[in-house]
Amino acid sequence: MPVTTIDGHTVDVDPEGFLTEYAEWDEELAEALAAQIGISLTDEHWKAIRFLRQDYADQGETATLRRISTVGGIPIKSLFALFPQKPAKKLAYVAGLPKPHGCV
Amino acid sequence: MSKHLIVLGAGTAGTMAANRLRRALPASWSVTVVDRDDEHLYQPGLLLLPFGTYRPEQLVRSRHAFVADGIELLAGEVDRVDATARTVHLSDGRELAYDLLVIASGTSPRPDQTPGMLGPLWRQSIFDFYTLDGAVALRDALARFDRGRLVVHVTDMPIKCPVAPLEFTFLAESWLRARELRDTVELVYVTPLPGAFTKPIASERLGRLLEERKIAVEPDFLVESVDPEAKELVSYDERRVAFDLLVTVPLNMGADFVARSGLGNELNHVPVDKGTLQSKAFPNIFAVGDAADLPTSKAGSVAHFAVDVLVENVVAVSEGRPPTARFDGHANCFIESGDGKALLIDFNYDTEPLPGTYPLPGIGPLRLLTESRANHVGKLAFRWVYWNVLLPGRPMPLPSHMTMAGKKPPAPQKATTAQM
Repeated sequence: MPVTTIDGHTVDVDPEGFLTEYAEWDEELAEALAAQIGISLTDEHWKAIRFLRQDYADQGETATLRRISTVGGIPIKSLFALFPQKPAKKLAYVAGLPKPHGCV
Repeated sequence: MSKHLIVLGAGTAGTMAANRLRRALPASWSVTVVDRDDEHLYQPGLLLLPFGTYRPEQLVRSRHAFVADGIELLAGEVDRVDATARTVHLSDGRELAYDLLVIASGTSPRPDQTPGMLGPLWRQSIFDFYTLDGAVALRDALARFDRGRLVVHVTDMPIKCPVAPLEFTFLAESWLRARELRDTVELVYVTPLPGAFTKPIASERLGRLLEERKIAVEPDFLVESVDPEAKELVSYDERRVAFDLLVTVPLNMGADFVARSGLGNELNHVPVDKGTLQSKAFPNIFAVGDAADLPTSKAGSVAHFAVDVLVENVVAVSEGRPPTARFDGHANCFIESGDGKALLIDFNYDTEPLPGTYPLPGIGPLRLLTESRANHVGKLAFRWVYWNVLLPGRPMPLPSHMTMAGKKPPAPQKATTAQM
């Protein structure tokens, strides 16, 4: 897997730039990743990111939008407002997780 | 002492699993299959029914005909599974004790989950084709349709047979052309995915076929509601797509009893180990077919390949050994592309669909990711194979694990920054 440097952090990424190592992520890096896709993080963004990180640690899979909504309690509508156009992909990218597997 | 295996669901996966397990387990084990009715539906036929290829009666047979001797087929509605007490409760009050349980209750379209879908337009201007009633109603609606916007729509992933909505689109285009209606009908494909399909190489090839046929694609569209007055799909990010005739694939969810039993995820699919098919919560419960939350396509071929692994692992657990057989996510799907042709794709958890030949390298006779008549003939012939070979659990001359032989792998990709 390729290695890249983002804002002084050296991380392993996949061909699309998604982090491949759960432990290489931290909150400071999330700010830098979000900036790369034009998002500045608010408390609302953080609520979604923390749910996604925790759920991945518990389940071993990146949560889908429907799961973030039903289990995490954040409406899909809000996720589209927070991470426009492609919320599932953008959220996974900022949270340092693989793209959700829902898409098969 | 006698032991009990119960299989919930006598569809494609449940029937194959029960038949194969009956042969693999000793006579000291009873095998019981529970289903709510006696109608086994050949689901792949639903795609072709709206175009008059099949009549409804050609797609339904008695479940009894496919369940082998030595298996009890029980008619009943499952109320819930008490996994701690190892008991299945039926809604009529009967209780069935089990030592091992296989959940094969599938996944179903749920139009009730999208506001406005089941309103006044349901089966008037809005149709599904994953149910027999829906496919028949759509056949009649298509016969009357001669102008306007035909929109084919997928609500959310995962859905069973994820290529079927694309196939429907290609078939509709070809059908309209044959009836000289193509110029008066606008065709739109609306998908929650970023492109025609999930995997890049297949998505690119299928996307090109859509483009050649002048079918517009509305990607990244996650529907929030249907506006029946305006006849529009409305997305969460407030985009609108107008339709005169909407062919939708509603949200797919597993059986309600799975949720009532606390055995499901947010879509009522059963979380299992993707290699062993064993429940993550209870070691004496397995799930196979569409009912499981496997990160691969929900399709009959997947169920077929997975049953090989299931049988090995259920037998191991019945003998007190750990399950060691691993499923690779192998899927193999024909994709009808209209005009009497089809494509074939063959893939698994790790390898996306690639071009090449199947099953024999360099020979075929089937071609991967490429349109051909042989592929279409293969799809039609499959109905006979399904009833006569697949369901009875007779051996198929195909390996259950995917092979790279005959496939052309892509050049390795370089890392790029995120494109969004």
